[in-house]
Amino acid sequence: MSAPHNPVHLAVALDGAGWHPAAWREPAARPTELFSARYWTDLAQEAERGLLDLLTIEDTLGLQSSNPRRPDDRTDQVRGRLDAVLIACRVAPVTSHIGLVPTAVATHTEPFHASKAIATLDYASTGRAGVRIRVSGREDEAALFGRRTFGAFEPDAADGGALTALFDEAADYVEVVRRLWDSWEDDAEIRDAATGRFVDREKLHYIDFEGAEFSVRGPSITPRPPQGQPIVAALAHRDVAYRLVGRSADLGFVTPADAADARAILAEVRVEQAAAGRAEETVHVLGDVVVFLDADASAAAERKARLDALLGRELVSDATVFVGTPAELADLVLEWREAGLAGVRLRPGGLPHDLEQITRGLVPELQRRGAFRTAYEADTLRGLLGLARPANRYAAA
Amino acid sequence: MTTTQKQKKQIHLAAHFPGVNNTTVWSDPAAGSHIDFESFVRFAQTAERAKFDFLFLAEGLRLREQNGQIYDLDVVGRPDTLTVLAAIAGVTERLGLAGTINSTFNEPYEIARQFASLDHLSDGRAAWNVVTSWDEFTGENFRRGGFLPKEKRYLRAKEFLAATWALFDSWRGDEIVADKESGVFLADPDAGRFDVTSDQFDIHGRFSVPRSPQTRPVILQAGDSEEGREFAASSADAIFTRHGTLDAGRAFYADVKGRLARYGRSPADLLILPAATFVLGDTDAEAQEKADAVRHQQVSGQTAIKFLEQLWNRDLSDHDPDGPLPAVDPLVGEHTIARGRASVRMYTDPVATARQWRELAEAKQLSTRELIIEVTGRQSFIGTAAKVADALDEFVQTDASDGFVLVPHITPGGLDEFADTVVPLLQERGSFRTEYEGTTLREHLGLGDARPPADAIPGVDTVRGAQT
Ligand SMILES: Cc1cc2nc3c(=O)[nH]c(=O)nc-3n(C[C@H](O)[C@H](O)[C@H](O)COP(=O)(O)O)c2cc1C
Repeated sequence: MSAPHNPVHLAVALDGAGWHPAAWREPAARPTELFSARYWTDLAQEAERGLLDLLTIEDTLGLQSSNPRRPDDRTDQVRGRLDAVLIACRVAPVTSHIGLVPTAVATHTEPFHASKAIATLDYASTGRAGVRIRVSGREDEAALFGRRTFGAFEPDAADGGALTALFDEAADYVEVVRRLWDSWEDDAEIRDAATGRFVDREKLHYIDFEGAEFSVRGPSITPRPPQGQPIVAALAHRDVAYRLVGRSADLGFVTPADAADARAILAEVRVEQAAAGRAEETVHVLGDVVVFLDADASAAAERKARLDALLGRELVSDATVFVGTPAELADLVLEWREAGLAGVRLRPGGLPHDLEQITRGLVPELQRRGAFRTAYEADTLRGLLGLARPANRYAAA
Repeated sequence: MTTTQKQKKQIHLAAHFPGVNNTTVWSDPAAGSHIDFESFVRFAQTAERAKFDFLFLAEGLRLREQNGQIYDLDVVGRPDTLTVLAAIAGVTERLGLAGTINSTFNEPYEIARQFASLDHLSDGRAAWNVVTSWDEFTGENFRRGGFLPKEKRYLRAKEFLAATWALFDSWRGDEIVADKESGVFLADPDAGRFDVTSDQFDIHGRFSVPRSPQTRPVILQAGDSEEGREFAASSADAIFTRHGTLDAGRAFYADVKGRLARYGRSPADLLILPAATFVLGDTDAEAQEKADAVRHQQVSGQTAIKFLEQLWNRDLSDHDPDGPLPAVDPLVGEHTIARGRASVRMYTDPVATARQWRELAEAKQLSTRELIIEVTGRQSFIGTAAKVADALDEFVQTDASDGFVLVPHITPGGLDEFADTVVPLLQERGSFRTEYEGTTLREHLGLGDARPPADAIPGVDTVRGAQT
């Protein structure tokens, strides 16, 4: 049977040469190819060979920085990247089953543009699109657009500070994106030669959204995408972000330190979900793990130590850092699933090495344990995540 | 091609994916999906098989309305431009990928990021048709609403373009060394630094996309006003125009090419590419018959009334399309009947145009529908493949254009016959490539390297830290 009863969902998070800042210096790394289609195609196809549910692609508006609050002028780490949504579109026609979830920034950008962009990714991938929404609170990123001014960014302020407003705006953004996806009913295109009408305009809907930061009239210029509603995801580290997941997302990425922490975080997300009136809906929560994998545990440890030496300090991450064998990682994945998570989003320490360890080491191990699919059981991302195609909010019942 | 033959002026061909207007015939049995990606694959691969310079996508950011309702007689709905082009890059290798992107309802940083990314992901095939639609109607879908007065549309477009050029040029192309041994990834700690201050923009920081294969996308322009032509002369690599007859074409060609010297540019730096439709047949008579049938598909009685309303600016839903033109004159003043349509703005003197239409209808004894068939969007090239090839070549060799943006009326197969029958004849004449010679779109179009720095544009201060 290709789909186990309670399968683990596996996602891989692609970012540059990998999540360790020194990863680009590894022998297998391809740092001069980071801006080529070939590089991203190779990674996506490798992830697909491993039957992963989905891949995510990191993105930021500004240039990467080692400091989460402001730019740096380092020259010893990867700098520069391509637009993640466009990378996802570029790989869509050369993959066939894996979900494609690029990052999009809700602050500064237009929800109208984002909605049709992700709908188009859904068309180009015939139903495999998602989007991970993030916010940008940095002064220097605001200056790239020059339309708003932000004060110094304090992401850790106890009351959420400016973050609360940014996340509220992101929730509005998702609401607009989603309404626009529904602004065409599935059967709006009628091609009725008898009456000369291409569409039934009764099945096209103004969305008339009015919020604090924007109002949007609609309908979309792009018909409802194949999945109806592509997957919306968000990475969450704290209350305001758990609220965004609870209110707006189908998929949350969280960063537990261990299984107990995973339980506690999951409870917080579920509270937010219930508060948003979505208790009955499926919201999958995946735990993020940075991984350094080798068949031989000491090889993984040596590689990690070598990278840390190049960095000049031990890697620090918002997520748990795992160093070991695919079998040991399988233990952790199953333990976190016991704690209630739907699976994990793995952040390869180095690319392509740690991705190949996932697809060729972890995946067979989980399959042996009956915890992961042995063939793709669906053609859409919603299908892989066990989510039905949703009814259109505007369709008459 | 033999080397002894004198090199003829080369025709440039673009393929316009059928748009959301009545040129596109959706009711034909051969008409397929306008939205499924398969249609884009099929259309693009035909264009590439025929060695076209580029694929072209139009864009409008609000569904068109007439009489306060969404216009339902034409194809409605299309994909997002940049994303579908990125996907098409995955199923083609050499074909240029041109997208229409508006300079009013976008911001330079984001658009520069997307075009530079598309250029990387397509190995140097990106092109941007800069359009300036500014109306409040479209603005209702965006954060700022209808913020821009009409008279500022080209000011913003120019400054927008200048800003993106500052961004594209903010990486020189030699910064990424990625030397694993020494640990130096970036040769310049300031790579991507930019600072732009103008009437519309005040942006600074570092651009996140390293220099792309073409440095900047090829720039197309499609506005026809005096300001539009001047904008093209100063900044564009090609103009997409509606001037489709030999005489109008030559006049437009001479006018626009004549403006280039003022900007230190030569005639070869700006290509003139009129939109062109075509109907082919085994004989000229058969083609003409098909063309008439297509025109009747394109202009139903209902469509004729809608066109009438666009000029008259009145509700004429009770008017009989098979009867004469309305006796009343068009309503002059603010246009209220049709919205989200570029064509409405073409009628600068509706009363005079209505008078001309009446005279023509009377002289030729035409009903309303037949008149509309006559005066709107007639096919540009009708006949056998040989006749059409002759006519296209004459246009180019006599400087009425440098090529064409072909607009087929059937999706996705409307280009097939042209590719199979006309292109080989153009190739035999030595007027069109038989193989792609270069890899980038700039190379296909015979354009030199991207134009000199953006600070050549008056009124815009652009500074790149590392160069100052
Ligand atoms: C051949 C042609 C094609 C055009 N295509 C588009 C289009 O796809 N989307 C759009 O918003 N405007 C389009 N336009 C309109 C403009 O490019 C231009 O921004 C607008 O007409 C205002 O400028 P103008 O007053 O100089 O004509 C097109 C115009 C022409 C002549």
